[in-house]
Amino acid sequence: MARINLEHIRHAYGAKPTSEADYALREVHHEWNDGGAYALLGPSGCGKTTLLNIISGLINPSEGRILFDGHDVTQLSTQDRNIAQVFQFPVIYDTMTVYDNLAFPLRNRHVPEAEVDRRVKEIIEMTGLGGWAKKTARRLTADQKQKISLGRGLVRSDVSAILFDEPLTVIDPEMKWVLRSQIKRLHRQFGFTMVYVTHDQTEALTFADKVVVMYDGQIVQIGTPAELFERPRHTFVGYFIGSPGMNVLPAKIAGNTAAIGGESIALNFLPKIKPGAKTELGIRPEFVLLGREGMPVAINKIEDIGRHKIVRARFADLPISIIVDEDGEIPAEPRVTFDPKAINIYADSWRVGEEA
Amino acid sequence: MEKTWNNKAWFMVLPVLVLVAFSAVIPLMTVVNYSVQDTFGNNEFFWAGTDWFLDVLESDRFWDALTRNLIFSAIILTIEIPLGIVIALNMPKKGIGVPICLVLMALPLLIPWNVVGTIWQVFGRVDIGLLGRTLASLGINYNYVQNPLDAWVTLIIMDVWHWTSLVVLLCYAGLVSIPDAYYQAAKIDGASRWSVFRYIQLPKMKRVLLIAFLLRFMDSFMIYTEPFVVTGGGPGNSTTFLSIDLVKMAIGQFDLGPAAALSIIYFLIILLLSWIFYTVMTTSDAQG
Repeated sequence: MARINLEHIRHAYGAKPTSEADYALREVHHEWNDGGAYALLGPSGCGKTTLLNIISGLINPSEGRILFDGHDVTQLSTQDRNIAQVFQFPVIYDTMTVYDNLAFPLRNRHVPEAEVDRRVKEIIEMTGLGGWAKKTARRLTADQKQKISLGRGLVRSDVSAILFDEPLTVIDPEMKWVLRSQIKRLHRQFGFTMVYVTHDQTEALTFADKVVVMYDGQIVQIGTPAELFERPRHTFVGYFIGSPGMNVLPAKIAGNTAAIGGESIALNFLPKIKPGAKTELGIRPEFVLLGREGMPVAINKIEDIGRHKIVRARFADLPISIIVDEDGEIPAEPRVTFDPKAINIYADSWRVGEEA
Repeated sequence: MEKTWNNKAWFMVLPVLVLVAFSAVIPLMTVVNYSVQDTFGNNEFFWAGTDWFLDVLESDRFWDALTRNLIFSAIILTIEIPLGIVIALNMPKKGIGVPICLVLMALPLLIPWNVVGTIWQVFGRVDIGLLGRTLASLGINYNYVQNPLDAWVTLIIMDVWHWTSLVVLLCYAGLVSIPDAYYQAAKIDGASRWSVFRYIQLPKMKRVLLIAFLLRFMDSFMIYTEPFVVTGGGPGNSTTFLSIDLVKMAIGQFDLGPAAALSIIYFLIILLLSWIFYTVMTTSDAQG
């Protein structure tokens, strides 16, 4: 278990990066606390797997340093870093038994056989694969195989961190839930530092204490699930988290009023905006209130998804989503108001704070 | 979905059935026909029963040729399979080297058998061949026309040169199908190079290796053209394999009956050995 520091890490797959666009991973400077559970969330191709592989040493970063508990490990090979990693597709050694699969990482490190036996039996018990120990691993189901992949990481008691690269992609939905809670329980029980890559927001939000949202090769926000929901730092976070995502509407900001089309909305703060910036107003569908008062909207479609209804509408000729309670009333001449506490203002896609 | 039964569908397989009948079943049956009869020409046939089979099985000539075949196939397999694996493991996985290596590897496979035979026949000649002359000038007494051992060495090197590529290409196909995650996981598990080969690469190559093994066994067991061109079965009878003997018997001596009987025995041996190899390899796969 270790604290992991990423110091000004940048990575380009090409040999000679010349412009910012050549970097698959733009500057990442961040500390992962010892024993923390982090989720790396982002769309495909945003650099999250690259970042994970840099931590495990499968990729050497083009620039920057990685420290485990203050020791520079940038030049160390994967074997010497003492990292466990679980991949998207379960990796098992088909010709070995379940027992041998789990013992493999220990035997490779010349751990005494008695100790190997003790550790492996512990893991077999933990994963509930008892009946399979002496059987060949090839016949297991996908989720059992993934448990073995995970077990091969856990069996090494001294790992600095366990990294997960979308480990539940090939698992059935109901098993996903079970495995995820098992991973969470292991985290609480043993306190490993865990980094979990996913593009599934539910998975990220339920797994992690801190969610790291990546977009286009950089970290756009690190925060608790609540922070990501209430105060997205970047319009991308607004879109990506939440279902449906945040409404982001182009707005002209003058003092503490925002003008969208012909409508003007009063803000409860004075945003600090550099002149010339592209300004937008963000509001989550949960905080758009539909009723008989406020600004007019035209409803296009109502999707009833059981728990609540999603209303797709046009507001000042811009598309907007509104969440209405399952038994909420939709008036004939609908109007909306925005909850002032839930309004975020963005300049050039980044959230702006209050004028000092 | 409900299944529709229509027996007219059987007519769909009729063209294939006719083709197979003409290309395989009917010729095979004529061989069966010859093997149980005797003829003195004039299209007159006399029933001979199992006489020809007994004749063949009691002759030393058959057993000697069969032994040569088995030894040849055994040597070929012990060289080509490991060599093919080693070459495949060392081939580049990406970049410009891949197409270059693949084309180089495929070249020998594209050359017709009799051309391969002619190439080596000329290459090894002591009077004009590059190999023969070079060895002679180095003071090595090499002559595949007179020395049985030299003849065997020439045939084996020729076959290795001609067919190892097939094993390489099959193994390479097996290797490139292994996802990167396996190698990454092996690194994380601290596996040695040997462990990676033993527990990841070899198991993944198992299926293609089985195919390579069977193909190389059958081909080498049926070898005809190359030894016929290079040595003609000599010196003496030292490289007379079953196929060469068969042609001598059928066309050289016009002994149709014994030749037909030998053909059938030959066919059954290949079928039996291939079935044994296949069964042994696949059952060990199922248990493993």
